[in-house]
Amino acid sequence: MATIIVVTSGKGGVGKTTTSASFATGLAQRGYRTVVIDFDVGLRNLDLIMGCERRVVYDFVNVINNEANLNQALIRDKRVENLYILPASQTRDKEALTKEGVERVLNELKVGFDYIVCDSPAGIERGALMALYFADQALVVTNPEVSSVRDSDRILGILASRSLRAEQGDEPVKEHLVLARYAPERADRGDMLSVDDVLEILGIPLLGVIPESQTVLQSSNAGVPVILEDSSEAGAAYSDLVDRFLGKSLPHRFISTQKKGFLQRLFGGS
Amino acid sequence: MLLRSLHFAGEEAPPFELKGSLFTLTVLHLFQLDRAAIERHLAEKIKQAPSFFNNTPVVIDLEGMADSPDGLDFNGLYELLRAHGMVPVGIRNGTPMQQAAARLAGLPVLPESRAANNDKKTERAEAAPMHSRIVNHPIRSGQQFYAPEGDLIVLGAVSAGAEVIADGNIHIYGVLRGRALAGVRGDAEARIFCQSLEAELVSIAGRYRISEQIESSDRSKAAQIHLVEDRLIIEHLNR
Repeated sequence: MATIIVVTSGKGGVGKTTTSASFATGLAQRGYRTVVIDFDVGLRNLDLIMGCERRVVYDFVNVINNEANLNQALIRDKRVENLYILPASQTRDKEALTKEGVERVLNELKVGFDYIVCDSPAGIERGALMALYFADQALVVTNPEVSSVRDSDRILGILASRSLRAEQGDEPVKEHLVLARYAPERADRGDMLSVDDVLEILGIPLLGVIPESQTVLQSSNAGVPVILEDSSEAGAAYSDLVDRFLGKSLPHRFISTQKKGFLQRLFGGS
Repeated sequence: MLLRSLHFAGEEAPPFELKGSLFTLTVLHLFQLDRAAIERHLAEKIKQAPSFFNNTPVVIDLEGMADSPDGLDFNGLYELLRAHGMVPVGIRNGTPMQQAAARLAGLPVLPESRAANNDKKTERAEAAPMHSRIVNHPIRSGQQFYAPEGDLIVLGAVSAGAEVIADGNIHIYGVLRGRALAGVRGDAEARIFCQSLEAELVSIAGRYRISEQIESSDRSKAAQIHLVEDRLIIEHLNR
C-alpha cells in the first residue's frame, strides 16, 4: 500500500514543485515505484520541471472526470525507472478537484505504487486542501524568511485540523521541514532567518536544507529535476533529504559558511 | 470582537456605553406561595441579618414551583418582597405559563441555572470548578481555540496569527506569539500565564495591550498578565 506525501508550503515560489520533482525522482532512483501528481490545476508547472511537457495527452482532471483512465494519463519518466508523472490540467480550475474524484484516483494509484507525491498549489484554498487531505506525511517547504515561515505555520495548522487523518482522529500527518533557498552567509549576517530560528518557530523535525543555488534555476529551465545534477550542492542536498526520509541518519550539509580555499576561490566552487 | 466597542472611542463622546458585566445575586428559591409562611420566614431571616435586607436585589427561582398551579400572583409576591427590603430583578426557571405571568408583572426571565436538580446539591453545583480545555499540541497561525466557561491550557507554543480565548485563565506551556484573550465574558480576575511573552496582543476582560505596548524588558520572559484596578499588569515569573 502506497504512502501519500504532500509537498506543501502555503506561500508560492518557495520551491514546492522543485522539491516534489527531486523528491519523487530520488525515491524512484532508490528503487521505489513513485508517482508525482500536480495538484496545481490551471497553473500546470510540474511537467515543465520534469521535462515531460511535450508528452502530456490526458491529465489528472480527465481521470477524475472519467474521460481517460490512469494508464492513459500517467507519463513514464524517460530518465529514471519506476517514476511516473500525473500532470495537472491547464484549462480547468481547482473546482475540478472533487474529494470523491481525488480519493478514487489515489486509491487506484495506491495499488501499484510505493509512494504518491502530491505537489500542492500555493494558498489554502481547494487545490491545496485537496492535495493535503489524504496525506500520510507532509514535506513543508519554507524559505528562511518571515512571511514564508508564517504561511508554513498556517499550513501546519490545516494539516493538523483539516486532513482526513485529523477528521478521523487517526495518527496525525507526519510533518517534515524542508528549508529551501538557504544562504548560510546571509543567515550569518542576519539578512535571513537561520535554521535554528525557523526550527524554533515551526517546531517540526528538519528533513533537509537546500542551499540557494544557480543550478536550481538552470535545471528547472532545462526540465531536469535538480537531484539529477549530482555535482551541484542543491542536488546533493536533495539526495541527502531523500535518504533521510527513508531512514538514514545523515548530518545536515550546506548550513554553515565554509572558508573557501585558495584554489576554490581561483576557479570558483559550485 | 471584544475590542470593537473600544474602537468607537475616537468618535464624539457617546451619552452612554453598553457593557456586559457579571454580578453575584441572591437567588430566592421559592417552594410554595403561602404568603403567611413566607412572611414568617422572612421576619426570622431579617432578625438574623438586618443589614442584608436593604434593597437587596434578588432573583426568584421557580424550579421548585413546577407542580404548582400556573397562575402565580407575581404582583403580590413583588409587593411582599419589596416590603421586606428585597428588590426582585427577575425570575429563573418555571413553566412557560409562570414565565409569561412574570413578564406581565415586569419581571424579566433570566437564563436557567445549569444545575438541573433542585435539592441541596444545587448550591454546591453552582460553585463547582469550571471546565478547562487542554490543547496538547502547538496552536498554529490561523487557528483559534476557545475555552467557554473555563481555563484554556496549551501544551506548546501559540504561533503568530493564532488566537487563544477563554472565559477563565489561559496557561501556555510554550511561547506565546499570537493573541491571548482571557476572561472574555468579563471576568476581571482571569489571568494569562506563558513561558515566553512574545504576544501580538494580550487581553483580560476587554482590557488589552498590543505588541507595541509591551515593554522590551517584558518580552521573551516567562510572565503572568492580570488586571490590577482595571490596568493590565505584566509580571515576570521568576523562581
